Amino acid sequence: MSPNLRIALRFLTAKKRAMLMSLSCTVLGVGLFVLTQATTSGFEEFFIKTILGTDGAMRIEDKIQDTLRQMTAGGGSDFQISQRQGLKYIEGVEEPKLIINALKDFSNVSGAAPVLRGSVLVRADFKNESAQVFGISLEEHLKVSDLGRQIVQGDVATFREQPTGALMGRVLADRLQLSTGSSFILEAQGQRMRFTVSAIYETGVADIDKLRVYVHLSEARSLLQKPSGVSFVQVNLFEKDRAPQNSIQIQDVLKHSAKPWQEREKSWLSTFRALRISSAITVSVFTLIAGLAMFNTLAMIVLEKTKDIAILRSMGYERRDITQIFLWQAGIVLAIGAFLGCVVGALSTLGVSYMPLPISGIFKTETFVVSWNIWHYVEAIATAALMVMIASLIPARRAARLEPGDIVRGTAQ
Amino acid sequence: MADSANFALRCDNLHRYLGQDDARVHVLKGVSFEARRGQVYAIVGPSGCGKSTLLYLLGLLDQPDGGEIEINGRKMSNTDDLARTAARGEHIGFVFQFHFLMLEFTALENVMMPMRKLGRLSLPEMTDRAHSLLASVGLGEKTHRLGTQLSGGEQQRVAVARALANQPSIILADEPTGNLDVKNSALVFDLLTRLAKENGQAVVLVTHNPEIAQRCDLTRPMRDGLFV
Repeated sequence: MSPNLRIALRFLTAKKRAMLMSLSCTVLGVGLFVLTQATTSGFEEFFIKTILGTDGAMRIEDKIQDTLRQMTAGGGSDFQISQRQGLKYIEGVEEPKLIINALKDFSNVSGAAPVLRGSVLVRADFKNESAQVFGISLEEHLKVSDLGRQIVQGDVATFREQPTGALMGRVLADRLQLSTGSSFILEAQGQRMRFTVSAIYETGVADIDKLRVYVHLSEARSLLQKPSGVSFVQVNLFEKDRAPQNSIQIQDVLKHSAKPWQEREKSWLSTFRALRISSAITVSVFTLIAGLAMFNTLAMIVLEKTKDIAILRSMGYERRDITQIFLWQAGIVLAIGAFLGCVVGALSTLGVSYMPLPISGIFKTETFVVSWNIWHYVEAIATAALMVMIASLIPARRAARLEPGDIVRGTAQ
Repeated sequence: MADSANFALRCDNLHRYLGQDDARVHVLKGVSFEARRGQVYAIVGPSGCGKSTLLYLLGLLDQPDGGEIEINGRKMSNTDDLARTAARGEHIGFVFQFHFLMLEFTALENVMMPMRKLGRLSLPEMTDRAHSLLASVGLGEKTHRLGTQLSGGEQQRVAVARALANQPSIILADEPTGNLDVKNSALVFDLLTRLAKENGQAVVLVTHNPEIAQRCDLTRPMRDGLFV
């Protein structure tokens, strides 16, 4: 053990009460930071999981119209000027099979499924509701969504076997008082077709559960009178976070607009991020208090230990040794505080994860959703380290600046 | 040259002012002094004459406003804090009036403190030396007592042992017996002088005690910032 660390430890143990106060503040700061990050990130991640499981990581829709203007020099020259005039789109995907086949060449793409979408009126025995019909190819769609796991009544197998079967959102089914086996009519563009509720799903996203009716793609084509093409191709990715980069590549290669989930859910993601940052700022106040407590304790020790500082300096201890002795004290409190804070944070996160909290609307959960992420602990420790070390630097430097002659003479400032 | 090698400490024409503005006082007015190895020097004089100020300057705890200080032949007046600190650790041992032990540490740890910083000896060697020094000041049985568990006389004896820890060539003592009774004063002084003589160290002590001063090899009286 270095002499400076040895001295720091002994100084620390001599001021137990003050040090315990600093330690408590550090533990509280780190623990609360971890807890708030775990809960806010937990909800954010759960929202992302829900939305990815419903609408996939990317949507390919609307063909890009070629608006390139070109001028070529005459006289057999190769000279050519090209200028893009701004993107124009042709609605929908005309050749979904070609697009899906082409997507197989992208290594990050785990699946792609065609979807034909249209507005409909749902007529039930007692009530009518406006809705959106989603014509899907079931097996392909199950690879790009969690629809199979979102079924809360009935099962997917029934839908698979029933050509006129439908998967209905729970809110819509409740409004129309429909259950599995009930029949209803979908009406669009003068066309009317009868369907049977094969199963009821619930994503937890109110806007989806009250609007969407999934039917087989062939039935949707008949209903919407669209014998070819689809509205969009839903794409799933192995690495979801690479969606923005992949979408640029796909758009360039396939000449169709490709929208990543980060862009599609921008507003909600911004809200969650703002919430996470604001809670981190709020909780940082606790680490600031930890820093102030540390400052106060060290300033007190500097005042009480001026003679010891003079002795050390007279024995050949340098200014940087004195600084180190005080920074070691802060470091020791910080290390113990950070460790205990992480333990407290982890235990409270675990406790909170069992707390009942029924939420539905943007997702559905019955308990607090928490996220276990090592970076929350790293961030908490880094914040505490920053606050405590900055706060310690001032008294430590002050101690180092003391002139031993002034202290011995009794005129130290 | 041979004569120069005998001097552990020299100063020439030292000036020091203390205080600021109207309260500024010219404490040392061109003091010159030299101390040979193996000799014990007493600086005596009335309070406020500049004895302690001179001692702190000689010990490189303070910086002069003018003049030269030489430690073992090396000029220290214009050196930086790092060099002065290193010189203190290697060449100078201090004994202060109020013991100045680090009270959270045992007698043994206090004596080992300068050795740990200098880092010349291994841990077992440091421990052996600290034990031996404490035994030589009569505290061989109390090595593991905290500073707070020792009497004033015992604390001052630990301070003497600590001052000798790195075998410095110069021992500076600021009223080392000023806070002790007659018996302890004699004990501490005898220790300091005996150990210093044995090791060929120059001892410079500031004292008000005429009996102590008389027993030194050389007494230098001071008045109004000058030797008289």
